[in-house]
Amino acid sequence: MSNAAADAFFGHFGRYGGRFVPEALIAALDELDVEYRKAWSDDGFRGEFDRMLREYANCPSPLYEATRLSASLGARVLLKREDLNHTGAHKIRNVLGQALLTKRMGKPRVIAETGAGQHGVASATACAYLDLECVVYMGEEDTRRQAMNVSRMRLLGAEVVPVGTGSRTLKDAINEALRDWVTNVDTTHYLLGTAAGPHPFPSMVRDFVGGISVEARQQSLDKLGRLPDAVCACVGGGSNAIGSFHAFVPDEGVRLFGYEAGGDGVATGRHAASITGGAVGVLHGARTYLLQDEDGQTVESHSISAGLDYPAVGPEHAYLHDTGRVTYEPVTDAEAMDAFRLLCRTEGIIPAIESAHAIAGARRVARELGPDAVIVVTLSGRGDKDGDTAAEWFAGHPEEGRRA
Amino acid sequence: MNVTDAFERARAEGRRVLVGYLPAGFPSYDGCVAALAAMVKAGVDVVEVGLPYSDPVMDGPIIQRAAERSLAQGTRTTDVLRTVEAVAEMGVPALCMTYWNPVSRYGVDRFAADLAGAGGAGLITPDLIPDEADDWLAASDRHRLDRVFLVAPSSADARLACTVAACRGFVYAASLMGVTGTREKTSEQGRALVARVREVTALPVGVGLGVSNGAQAAEVGGYADAVIVGSAFVRTLLDAETPDAGVDAAADLAADLASGVRSPG
Ligand SMILES: Cc1ncc(COP(=O)(O)O)c(C=O)c1O
Repeated sequence: MSNAAADAFFGHFGRYGGRFVPEALIAALDELDVEYRKAWSDDGFRGEFDRMLREYANCPSPLYEATRLSASLGARVLLKREDLNHTGAHKIRNVLGQALLTKRMGKPRVIAETGAGQHGVASATACAYLDLECVVYMGEEDTRRQAMNVSRMRLLGAEVVPVGTGSRTLKDAINEALRDWVTNVDTTHYLLGTAAGPHPFPSMVRDFVGGISVEARQQSLDKLGRLPDAVCACVGGGSNAIGSFHAFVPDEGVRLFGYEAGGDGVATGRHAASITGGAVGVLHGARTYLLQDEDGQTVESHSISAGLDYPAVGPEHAYLHDTGRVTYEPVTDAEAMDAFRLLCRTEGIIPAIESAHAIAGARRVARELGPDAVIVVTLSGRGDKDGDTAAEWFAGHPEEGRRA
Repeated sequence: MNVTDAFERARAEGRRVLVGYLPAGFPSYDGCVAALAAMVKAGVDVVEVGLPYSDPVMDGPIIQRAAERSLAQGTRTTDVLRTVEAVAEMGVPALCMTYWNPVSRYGVDRFAADLAGAGGAGLITPDLIPDEADDWLAASDRHRLDRVFLVAPSSADARLACTVAACRGFVYAASLMGVTGTREKTSEQGRALVARVREVTALPVGVGLGVSNGAQAAEVGGYADAVIVGSAFVRTLLDAETPDAGVDAAADLAADLASGVRSPG
């Protein structure tokens, strides 16, 4: 099973993906598809992208041997340190790629959606760096919850537009960005923040963040002389996860694990686990798994992690789930926060709460595979942004007398 | 009654077809049916019953607000089908305008069967392109339903021809690049788009996006076979002090638009 084959037919991954968008956007998506493919096979573009990642974004990120965490989990754990990238997450890879492509297409304006503000900040950063106008749509609810990121975006010169419709969160910010795009498509690129949306976004974003696995694979060979036994990543829309899996997909001996946000537990209905707790449908331009009611209305997601709090998932993950190549499981808020604390205490690394879901998952994998196993865990981002959320959580969940 | 009959009758009368839209369940189930009845009485020839959806990316703030309110009141897909049935009983063709996920969730063939059973004429699908529509193409054939896909000013010639070839009933020309909503001026892009559609089909062409009064309807009627009005109707109901006043205002607007489509220029 090659990804290329899965992509071949008009951006479908098996029955997933495609383009479920207004006709008005099709021409722009076609243009993007053509321009992206041209750019990706152009040494000039690739060279400039690599240079930006290296000189500006601090990539390749280290593959770090987490010795004390390994001792605690009972397997050899290597962390792919995306938290050390400029702006503190894997997202910089995607935004630099798309912003560079925007320049190449000659469009002066970029729009983006953001939930927690991470992708908004990354987009504002890339636009400042490459001299592009930047407008970020953000749910009204989120602009209040993530005020610090709103001011970061403004410092970077972006305009932040609060979205007051629907649930006033990420999915509505995406809707509003799509509406802007329909209206201004001649001058504007929609810099989508994850490996979701209509074709070619899922493939393009995957390729831009795919460096995570290309690097990790080589680093693993260099360091250990072999490939890891497993790769773990958290799954929101799915960009860091697809980036972490991509180069390993053909390596049948490497098991791949994606961890969705289980919130209060999938059984409670308060979660963001689209694959484990959702059903197949269409949202934001692609056929994929999503949280929906009996009538196909989108159901709001819940997670302590703002970056995973999205009611759908990129279509390639839906496909990798169905084919069985990747195992997707939910991780609850409580499990994630336990893992969050564990990483803080054992390694002196404060992870993004999103990434803590992957650490929690690795704990399960370590139990299953035992002490000789090598597990690569993508630490998709750093946790500076999560100080308040974590403090609040731990105040309500004291360390003594509780079981994960 | 199907859409083709409505177009033929209008042609025989030397006028254009007026298509009016409301989301089902807005301002209430009964209120929507009452408003649609008044609109039909005042001259709306074809009704588009909107299926209110949580993520309407093709809609501007007016229709978003109405859909949100309808959903908050508990409108279900089956209520939309009941609304279609009520409209069909008024003796005009009723199309359902819907984003794709609710149909996908209901089951494409089951939805088509139930829509046909309710006397519905077909579907208008703002986020479904023919490339992704195999199951709907089959179901609409099986249940003899019209399928109205959209074309846009940005559609390349080859795409436009393919999309139009997949349409049945009429072709929906989105006259400008943007979302639904009333506009001060109708778009010049509409005229050019309709001309391009006419080069590849004999199907009637309806123009929507932005029309809000009789004068605009007359102008659009100068080059299109149908004038499609949504947000302006919704706004009359949103702005009304009472449900009855809303129904009256919607009827007044329908009458104004109906006179517009009778003096195309
Ligand atoms: C650090 C971090 N990890 C993960 C995610 C989830 O996104 P994705 O699933 O696209 O990687 C986010 C999103 O904001 C994030 O900030």
